[in-house]
Amino acid sequence: MAVSEPRDVTAVTVGGAPATVEPTSPAGASGAPDAAPIRHRSEFLYFGLRNWKFLFGLSVVLVFLALALFGPLLTDHKPLEFTAPTDQPPSSEYWMGTTSYGQDVFAQFVYGLRSAFLVGVLGGGIAWVIGAAVGFTAGYRGGWLDDVLNMLTNVVLVIPTLAILIIVAAYLNVHGYASEAVLIGLTSWPWAARAVRAQTFSLKTREFVDVARLSGRSTPQIIAREIAPNMSSYLLMMFILLFGGAILIGASLDFLGLGPSESISLGLMMNNAFTSSALLLGSWWWFVPPGIGIIAIVGGLYVMNVGLDEVFNPRLREL
Amino acid sequence: MRLYLARKVLIYLVTFFVAVTIDWAIPRFMPGDPIQRLLSRMQTQPSGNEVLTSYYTKAFGLDVPIWKQYLNFWAALFHGDLGRSIADFPTTVTELIFGALPYTLALLVPAIILSFWAGNKLGALAARRKTLDNSVLPVSYVLTATPHMWLGMVLAWVFASTLAILPVSGAYGLAIQPSWSFEFVGSFLSHWILPFATLFLVACGGWAIGMRNMIIYELEADYSNYLSALGAPNKLVRRYAYRNALLPQITGLALALGAVVAGAIVVEIVFSYPGLGTLTLSAIQNRDYFLIQGIFLFLITGVLIANFIIDVAYVLVDPRTRVGMQGS
Repeated sequence: MAVSEPRDVTAVTVGGAPATVEPTSPAGASGAPDAAPIRHRSEFLYFGLRNWKFLFGLSVVLVFLALALFGPLLTDHKPLEFTAPTDQPPSSEYWMGTTSYGQDVFAQFVYGLRSAFLVGVLGGGIAWVIGAAVGFTAGYRGGWLDDVLNMLTNVVLVIPTLAILIIVAAYLNVHGYASEAVLIGLTSWPWAARAVRAQTFSLKTREFVDVARLSGRSTPQIIAREIAPNMSSYLLMMFILLFGGAILIGASLDFLGLGPSESISLGLMMNNAFTSSALLLGSWWWFVPPGIGIIAIVGGLYVMNVGLDEVFNPRLREL
Repeated sequence: MRLYLARKVLIYLVTFFVAVTIDWAIPRFMPGDPIQRLLSRMQTQPSGNEVLTSYYTKAFGLDVPIWKQYLNFWAALFHGDLGRSIADFPTTVTELIFGALPYTLALLVPAIILSFWAGNKLGALAARRKTLDNSVLPVSYVLTATPHMWLGMVLAWVFASTLAILPVSGAYGLAIQPSWSFEFVGSFLSHWILPFATLFLVACGGWAIGMRNMIIYELEADYSNYLSALGAPNKLVRRYAYRNALLPQITGLALALGAVVAGAIVVEIVFSYPGLGTLTLSAIQNRDYFLIQGIFLFLITGVLIANFIIDVAYVLVDPRTRVGMQGS
């Protein structure tokens, strides 16, 4: 098994495309594990506020988050109302133009951003919880439990996420973005579980874990107090990547028409534009914004992740 | 090496078993009666309902005990019987899938191989070279965050609708029959290039990022420092770094297959390319459940086979797996 994981470097796949968690030794694992956590935090804050990649990614994501939260207040139009003139290019009244059905694209865009963030946070969050739970258990317990969980992880890892989502979503009518996010979360955790398992494996043999074990701490306590804090940076970056991946998968599902059809999402906007021949009509304002929104959020998250990696891993700082 | 491949094959067999079981279980154990749900969506006339109900009961094999249904499902599978399409009635699901498969493979195989090659080269070039890195890296991050269908739509809009230099849909011109003539091959290529480019570009970004990071990591390794200290030229050091960095990338290739397949599905839909993706969409729209289930099994089988090929390639590339040493 170890052959396929040559180092504790984990090349991981996130939703639409391969991304990479850069070689990170769990923060603190290389230094003294009992160093005062407060000093660490301020050190990370110090480097974080000086890392332009982290700041850039974070601000892009925050700008779009603000747009998702407050954008609907900026427009009087409702995303699914057919009240506007049809096929208008962007104007002062309709900031991103209108669709062939007379809907306001800007209103659709800001509401679509809301569903993208919902799917990302919830789907990524569920995948994160499952991945961490499976990874910690398999890595710390070892033995037959590890074998079983490892097999489970590998099986879910090999099955293409979208294929399984297509078959599930085709039978189960997806009514809201929350249930779509749950489906995504349940299928996109395996690489996270593998990464956490590998890290736990290398941490559990350290002295401070032995000390905790000798002092009679229970397994959940050891995992929560000794192991998890020493890979908190890794866990944070894992969540960011799962977040971005969930948004991409959700957009594909919506584009296929398997998402909720009663409300609007960025993927559904592209679906509507495509099925209404926006390509042939040249109504670029209909399908360009949703893609830009997704690229900005997901790309922002990835860049933020690289920045965080440099913050947490001193070896990468001097680039 | 035997052990390594045997373990992998075991995982694939278990995966296949699980996938078939999921495929069997989903229509049966979802809440509600699958047949009534199918009928309610098909909006048939009331007189047709009875006929369809008995047809579906037979087709799903719901009239026998549940364990027997499961065994029957496997038996039918080994006879290559995946049922018949509902929308395209007497055609079997297997026929439809085999008709679409060549087109999907024509897109996927070159896209996977070429993007892997080009992305890795690009990433290796960019690593530790400031000016190149500053242009390659941001572009790669944008590409890897791009939804496939969006890039496809933008390319179609620019090259097909606006510039009108490439066709926008189908796999070849409407007036031509498939044959090995220059005319057909030319028409095929002009239809193929945009969907291929979409898949290629998105995947390329991911590989470039991965390789760049790996090379930086490898250049810090002891063997690189040692080589440099001996006075080896930079080019040589980088070549060794590249070889070592390629190994995790090959593992990553296996992990990325699912994402590439997902990308191909939506890209085919954008370009109305007559492969499995377009078939999936029409199956979803027509509520053609046997077809959806058949495509699911085919996609899984394809990904499993590809995984196995990558495993063999890994053994060929990494000598440690051959002599029985475990890496790391």
